[in-house]
Amino acid sequence: MAKVSKKKVSKKSLKKSSEVTGNNEAVATNMIYDDDEKEDDLDGADVDVSGEEDEDGEDERKRQKLLEAISGLGGKRKKTLGERSEAAVQMCEFTVTSKGDGEKIDLSDLIETIEKTPSVPAKAKKQLKTLQRNTKTVECPLSKQENERIQRDVSFQKAATEVSRWKSIITQNRKAEQLVFPLNQEPSGPKPIDRVVTGWKAQTPLEQEIFALLSANKQPINDPILTPFEEASVRAMSLEEAKIRRAELQKARALQSYYESKARREKKIKSKKYHKVQNKVKRKEFLKEFDEMVKMNPAAALEELNKMELARMQERMSLKHQNSGKWAKSKAIMAKYDLEARTAIQQQLKVNKDLTQNLVSSLKEEEEEEEEEEPGTEVLPDFVNDAKQPLDSSNPWMSGKLSEDPTEKEMSETRGVTVEEPITVAHTAEEEEEEGDTEKTEEEALLREFDSRRKLRWAQEADPAAVMSVDDDNDEDDGVIVADSKPSAEEADASDGEEEGLSEFTSLFRGIVDGCREGKAGSDTSAQLNEGLVRIKGVGDMELLPLTNEKAPVEPQHPPASENLPSATKKAEKNRKRKKGIELKDVLTKCTKVIKVPVTPTVEDSEDAEDKVDQMGLIKEAFAGDDVVSDFLKDKKKQENAGKPKVVDMTLPGWGEWGGIGLNPSRRKRRRFRIKTTPPAPRKDVHLPSVIISEKRNSSISFHQVNSLPFPFDTHAQFESTICSPVGRTWNTEQTVKKITKPKVTTQLGAIIEPMAQEELLKNKKQMTVRNNSTVDSLKRKH
Amino acid sequence: MATPGEASVNDSHVGKNKQTPGRYWQEPQQVGKNQNKDGEQALKDLQHKEQTTHTTKKRKQEEDRGDGKKFISGKSDPFPGPAPVPADRVQKFKRKDKTKKPGRQQYKLRDVITRSNNSSEIAQNQAAQFDLLLPEEAGFLEGDEDEDTCMISQEDIAEAVDITSGAKYFNLKLSQFGPYRLDYSKTGRHLLLGGRRGHIACLDWQSKQLMCEINVMESINDVKWLHSESMYAVAQKKWLYIYDSSGIELHCIRKFNDVLRMQFLPYHFLLATASATSFLQYLDVTVGKEVAAICTKTGRLDVMCQNPQNAIIHLGHPNGTVTLWSPNQKEALIKMLCHQGGVRSVTVDKTGTYMVTSGMDKKLKVYDIRAFKPLKSYFLPAGASCLSLSQRGLLSAATGDVVQVYKDVWSTPVTKPYMAHRVRGTAWGLHFCPFEDVLGVGHGDGFTSMLIPGAGEPNFDGLDSNPYRSAKQRQEWEVKALLEKIQPELINLDPAELGRVDRATFEQRHQDRVQALGYDPLAKEKFVPKYKKKGRSSAGAVERRKKQVAHEDQRDEIRKTVEDKIKMEKERKDTEKQKVALHSQKSALDRFNK
Repeated sequence: MAKVSKKKVSKKSLKKSSEVTGNNEAVATNMIYDDDEKEDDLDGADVDVSGEEDEDGEDERKRQKLLEAISGLGGKRKKTLGERSEAAVQMCEFTVTSKGDGEKIDLSDLIETIEKTPSVPAKAKKQLKTLQRNTKTVECPLSKQENERIQRDVSFQKAATEVSRWKSIITQNRKAEQLVFPLNQEPSGPKPIDRVVTGWKAQTPLEQEIFALLSANKQPINDPILTPFEEASVRAMSLEEAKIRRAELQKARALQSYYESKARREKKIKSKKYHKVQNKVKRKEFLKEFDEMVKMNPAAALEELNKMELARMQERMSLKHQNSGKWAKSKAIMAKYDLEARTAIQQQLKVNKDLTQNLVSSLKEEEEEEEEEEPGTEVLPDFVNDAKQPLDSSNPWMSGKLSEDPTEKEMSETRGVTVEEPITVAHTAEEEEEEGDTEKTEEEALLREFDSRRKLRWAQEADPAAVMSVDDDNDEDDGVIVADSKPSAEEADASDGEEEGLSEFTSLFRGIVDGCREGKAGSDTSAQLNEGLVRIKGVGDMELLPLTNEKAPVEPQHPPASENLPSATKKAEKNRKRKKGIELKDVLTKCTKVIKVPVTPTVEDSEDAEDKVDQMGLIKEAFAGDDVVSDFLKDKKKQENAGKPKVVDMTLPGWGEWGGIGLNPSRRKRRRFRIKTTPPAPRKDVHLPSVIISEKRNSSISFHQVNSLPFPFDTHAQFESTICSPVGRTWNTEQTVKKITKPKVTTQLGAIIEPMAQEELLKNKKQMTVRNNSTVDSLKRKH
Repeated sequence: MATPGEASVNDSHVGKNKQTPGRYWQEPQQVGKNQNKDGEQALKDLQHKEQTTHTTKKRKQEEDRGDGKKFISGKSDPFPGPAPVPADRVQKFKRKDKTKKPGRQQYKLRDVITRSNNSSEIAQNQAAQFDLLLPEEAGFLEGDEDEDTCMISQEDIAEAVDITSGAKYFNLKLSQFGPYRLDYSKTGRHLLLGGRRGHIACLDWQSKQLMCEINVMESINDVKWLHSESMYAVAQKKWLYIYDSSGIELHCIRKFNDVLRMQFLPYHFLLATASATSFLQYLDVTVGKEVAAICTKTGRLDVMCQNPQNAIIHLGHPNGTVTLWSPNQKEALIKMLCHQGGVRSVTVDKTGTYMVTSGMDKKLKVYDIRAFKPLKSYFLPAGASCLSLSQRGLLSAATGDVVQVYKDVWSTPVTKPYMAHRVRGTAWGLHFCPFEDVLGVGHGDGFTSMLIPGAGEPNFDGLDSNPYRSAKQRQEWEVKALLEKIQPELINLDPAELGRVDRATFEQRHQDRVQALGYDPLAKEKFVPKYKKKGRSSAGAVERRKKQVAHEDQRDEIRKTVEDKIKMEKERKDTEKQKVALHSQKSALDRFNK
């Protein structure tokens, strides 16, 4: 019963509160109350009955309940429906709704009472107030699935970070050239004593204490020579020294800044005259310096000279200061009428001339002269010395020689005046003629300028070229005279006797010092002879070869002193063009050297070869050089033709027009239905007239070749270069072979290979940090 | 001469290049000298540089100290690091240029390339360091002032040099069996002589010990050692025979008839023969099979040589051409017109760079056979019947009974021979002895062994061809050489071709495959309708069936393509969906979106 009474008390208090709060509250409480009551009823009816008298306003309802309870006592238990005890305007199906329909309960409504009641602590009030201020609604809880998903995500991320810690070590191992399992084993074998000593660490407490003391006093631990203090003192400079040094540095800095500012100022000056003067002064100074340098320091002077030579070469190579620029062209047009333009052009040409003048040669010549004057040295002809210039032999372009074209053009020009005479004479004649001309137009003046330039070059070229003619050189595009001397040799080749004569001539040629000029003249005439040679174009022409060969020396060149210059020049140019291609004849008959054998064979060669050389061979020997070349050329032509794709004719006679015997399809049609294939790539032997290279693919090797580019490589070259160096013992030392071919993974026999432990990770990290620290330390030490 | 005992001889003619071996401390001094020579300004710059380098070096040392590599005594190594090797010597062993590394994105490729670069560099440096172990230097002959070396007689030289070397000059008077051909074995230890009239003799020529001597009672065209001194091949009147070193006939190969000249390719174990019937044949001596027989269609082939670098056979022809052959191609790889008359002799140098030919037009020509371009042309008054090149590039030429030796035929124009010697009777065969300064001349009156200082390679490779090897070593070498035998398919004009990627198109490769297999592996088999009875195999029915099958096939194909298309489409859609799903964030309200 005590239980019941307690309840009642609570009910009462509740009632009180409900009265205070108001209507809504009252309803709610009533409902609760009702429920309680019902429970009570279920517990026991008699209890309810005894407590009825206390209640005052609800007799009716109580009675009803009682009746119900009594009826319930009898038979089966009936389900009791909740009853509506209060009338409301709006009713819900399930529960009783409040009076103000759809109104929300506000927190303020609930809190109001607290304000009034003093018993509520201030803290709680405050909290409630802040709650009230906070207008945000609490979000509804997530659904189960979403909740789980989030949890999964979070756990995945955790696991990922855990795993990703291994990433660096794994990539390191993957990239490693060799992995030795089990990992992290101590290298076997004896260690160097230094490492043992330095790697030793204090372990016992006594040792530790001792070392702590030592380090506290900054005493050396491993190295017994100097303490850090001592080292520091050694390293430190004395104060005075430091001051002096600082002052020096300051001064230098100041000077530098002055100089810089001055240079900047000067650079900004726009006056051309100023710069001109300045440049002139500089040049003068430089010259003076250079003169001194020549006396004092010849090596440096030579270097300077080289520099100048380089500048000259650059100038020659570039089109600067030539009359080919836009400006120059316009000026050239204007030059006729405008004096200024004329002078401008002339100035420019002068600049070019100055720049391209060969300074080195003059100096070298001087030197050589000096050398020659010295007694005891061998007396050598000038041009031999010239030939020793490294520039000449290596590259004709670098030697300051003229290329073929201008000279040839010139030659063609000069031919108009004098053909038979040597060119030098021709030049002088030309010059005289020009000088004799009293009425010179301005254009002529310009032309003359160009001419003189050309002549200058020609003169430069003349000396080395003379030597070049003696050398047997392989370059086809050597100096003109070289190219010309070849055909002369070619003529000589026709018969061996002649050849010997020529070689004698060349040897003579070399020997003579003073007769250099004449020799050149001779070679020049041979060059002109060459112009008349008929070139072989095809197989058909080959039959004419011996004839023309015979004719060549007999027949002189173009009719001399012919006035129709243009046609002559044209012809010359054509010949030149043809000459540029390599001729088989030239290749076969390179100028040969005769070897003098001290011991002549007593036994005739033909004797021993009696059975070797059969009749055919004898005949071949007798007619040597007659058909060998033509046969070969025919063969080559045949091969070339075989390699060419054939034209396919798809015309159908009688299709779309009349057909029959004697009726051919129209040309238009034939052209339309002819299928032309693309021309094949040029043969490998295009530029080798005396060689036939088979174009057949060698498929036997392709089975052993790599067909496609393997994975990491981008280009063929990369892959090929990685496999091109040999690996085997035949080509490498034993050590290298071992190093190159070491296996990617080695395992120790019998050792257990365990998965990597967590410590591995830590160790790796530690190593990294240690490395970083050490670098930092070293940096510190440096500063 | 190659023997070390020869160093003691002090003679005016024969000597050695007295050159103290390079030491690694020599180079820094030279560098210092160069610095002194430079101009003032340059000197300043250099000093500045030097300073910087100095500081960097110091830094390095300090770092080393940090690593704990310092000695306890506090002394530092005065010559830290490995001994430097002169740059030119390193350059000598260069095998490849450094490949450019790709960016960091392609780290795998980068790794591979750096590794290969490193390994090649290591190999190069190591080889350069080990070059020290090749101490021997080539000898040379030097005349007094106004004395030509070619006038020095063999007797003088033999008297001047030490006894062992002097004994290498000797004559064998064998006048009975006609002019002799000869061949030295690969090690240079053994000599094989074959007389025209059937006399064969093989001997250890240094000890003059006769191994066997027989007469085959037939004319002999050529003799050749096979891979070792235990076997040799003899081209006799009709067939090719193989004998062993005791003169027992091992084989008579009837497939090889009328052989005139032979060449043995030592690394391929191939015996190449050129016959009078214009056949070039290859015999694999390991299995005794004919590898290739090529009809050259150029008449009698009596001029032959091999290119030791790429095992290509050179043949000379009476029409002035020289042709190059490999066993893999039925036509000449290269055909070059060398002489206006017939070609009499051809020879190729050890590096495979130069070819020297002599012809009926009495000329001697030097070609660069990498570019097939003529380099030099000489006129020999009597022409040269035999040519031979030594290991160090001396050229010997026989004109009648005079044997001349030339030095540096390709680089400098030669006017007179380096050495000359007259033998009795016309020279018939010339051969330089490998690893010895000896030239063997077979002639009408026997055999002469001449001393040619500077002819042989002074340093031999003990694992490849060891002149002093024992029988056991020879056996071992034989096994190894057989294991390392190069297949004849790999003979190619450019030996480096094997290391290149085959860039032929797919069709080309397929064609090769078809040719090799004899059928097309990718071809679909043709449908052949079955014969059916009861008149169901009438022509019309068969045709119909064929059409049906073709139609089915076509349908299948179409179906397949359509399926593929659908699949692709689906995949595309899926990926798109996934993309969209990834891009848009789902909200609860999305379900109401339509």
